[in-house]
Amino acid sequence: MASATNTTASADWPMWEVFVQLELGEPHQHAGNVHAPDARMALLNARDVYSRRGLVKSMWVVPSETITASTPGENGEFFEPGNDKLFRHPQFYKSPKGVGNLE
Amino acid sequence: MDDAAKLKEFDDRIARGEIFEPKDWMPERLRKQLIRMMSQHAHSEVVGMLPEGNWITRAPSLRRKMILLAKVQDEGGHGLYIYSGVESLGVRREDLIDELHAGKAKYSSIFNYPSLLWSDMGAIGWLVDGAAIVNQTTLAKCSFGPYARAMIRICKEENFHKKQGYEILSTMMAGTPAQRAMAQDSINRWWWPSLMMFGPTDKDSPNSIDLMRWGIKRKSNDDLRQRFIDMTVPQAHAIGLTIPDPALKFNKETGHWEIGPINWEEFFNVINGNGPCNKERIAARKHAHDEGKWVREAAVAYAQKHSSLERRAA
Amino acid sequence: MATSNNAALFDFLLRLGDDQLVLGQRLAEWCGHGPILEEDIALANISLDLFGHAQAVLNLAGEMEGQGRDADKLAYFREAIEFKNCLLVEQPRGDFAYTIARQIVFSLRAYLLWDELTKSSNETLAGIAGKAKKESRYHVTHASEWVLRLGDGTADSHARLQNALDEVWRFTKDLFATDAIEQQLADQKIIPNLGGLYGKWLTMLQELITKATLRMPDPGMFMQLGGRTGKHTEHLGHMLSELQILPRSYPDARW
Repeated sequence: MASATNTTASADWPMWEVFVQLELGEPHQHAGNVHAPDARMALLNARDVYSRRGLVKSMWVVPSETITASTPGENGEFFEPGNDKLFRHPQFYKSPKGVGNLE
Repeated sequence: MDDAAKLKEFDDRIARGEIFEPKDWMPERLRKQLIRMMSQHAHSEVVGMLPEGNWITRAPSLRRKMILLAKVQDEGGHGLYIYSGVESLGVRREDLIDELHAGKAKYSSIFNYPSLLWSDMGAIGWLVDGAAIVNQTTLAKCSFGPYARAMIRICKEENFHKKQGYEILSTMMAGTPAQRAMAQDSINRWWWPSLMMFGPTDKDSPNSIDLMRWGIKRKSNDDLRQRFIDMTVPQAHAIGLTIPDPALKFNKETGHWEIGPINWEEFFNVINGNGPCNKERIAARKHAHDEGKWVREAAVAYAQKHSSLERRAA
Repeated sequence: MATSNNAALFDFLLRLGDDQLVLGQRLAEWCGHGPILEEDIALANISLDLFGHAQAVLNLAGEMEGQGRDADKLAYFREAIEFKNCLLVEQPRGDFAYTIARQIVFSLRAYLLWDELTKSSNETLAGIAGKAKKESRYHVTHASEWVLRLGDGTADSHARLQNALDEVWRFTKDLFATDAIEQQLADQKIIPNLGGLYGKWLTMLQELITKATLRMPDPGMFMQLGGRTGKHTEHLGHMLSELQILPRSYPDARW
């Protein structure tokens, strides 16, 4: 007999973020969302919704509520410091003519 | 920054062609319009499963059966993608569905017409999906990220929907006299409702102004409708179908097909709940949802039980 | 009179293919009516897999028969008494608990059967089995997860699934019914001996049912038989009248 637990009679399934890898070695990319009661079902649902046309090599599911995102209002200053460090980019450097590409 | 300044900045972003995301500041009016428009779109996908679902068990070959089932299943997936987009604005899918079932939410009027013949599967695929594709191709370039991304995925998947519909009709038009008569009957019934899918004429479309100002709608209802007509009329003629519009004529100067008047009274009648199948469509969706409640509850109860068991074991 | 190997294989393939076709049709009835969108889509995927298997198997059946019938001819132009599917698959859709009870009972056997049939000396059949085996493994996974969740979910879902298992149980002997035709095919090494399937199936099912806090149905229950010899329940005829309506109404038409 299913043991009576103090479960709230909720029919709502939480939302999950689905990431798929389309080629081996490629990064996983966000594909969309599913609703699911738990991680196992989230994976099954993601499989049924986002690999209907095959093409998927690997899949991740993550509870949407666990995503921590940067705040839009702060995004400008948050990412600003990366913008003025041109020396991090290879185009910053000059090689003498005739040396060719150092890469 | 006060709201006027924020609005100015937002308008500037849109003018620069930027895409905005759910957590970005947006005018409250736009947020409401987006929820309304996207949830209507999602509802349309899901209710739209019913007229075609009506023929899956009767499809005339195994090939046609699999194509139709895959197509109707896609509509469910598309509803799911768009609901997810609305949910990114902080609305629950469950609440949107409740509104639909309570008769408070609208969906595309076309799905309130009955599918009476197999050839209707052709007409729906060719005309209804054809109209939807015209609409969705422009929405895929809209300014709201989640909506645009859902549309890009949907447009890719819907590629075959229109083609399979046209194939059904062209096969039937090359078939027996009875098949040709059925195909023509389907076009007679689905042509005008498919033109109505683009919504009221621009001057009667009150929500369009905001949606166009902020880059959600990028073309007017009338422009999209005209594009659809110009594309579709030659396709009808190519397989011998007659468009049920005695006023239809080609304007050589403009290069456009001109149509007779659309019966907007019928459109508003259907939108307001008095179409041939409005009650049946909502009843079917509500029945499925209500009957599914114990299933969804069981899965939640199991998850709660087992996650607490695992915690205890750890 | 001895049956030729091709005729025996034809009969066997009808059993196999009709099972897939009829269950696919029942599952397709869920499309647009599932308990939640995600599950609606999942059931449609399973239904599509089954139609795919049915088409491949029935096409091969037609070849074995040698009368020029393909899968469509066999699906659309036979009477109920000519169908060889088991009784289980033709039962009405029922509620989600019934669907899951049927799915676990059927797909577990289908998976074990396809696994055996990958060893068939008929290369086409072995090829179909190789593909179908992978797909039916997922059908088992899907049904198993739901058996656990409904069995060990709420009191209501537990009662519904237990009831559904008890309901479908009387068709399980028919699912495994075997006869001289299968024996002949096994003797000729066209298919492996399928005698071991039932035991494996029962062990796996028992384990799952126990884990799901359910009990096995009464083993002494009266068992209905007849599907493999065309003696069906009344439900099949109604299903076929729907499935076959267009080609039967317009026999000359192409679609």
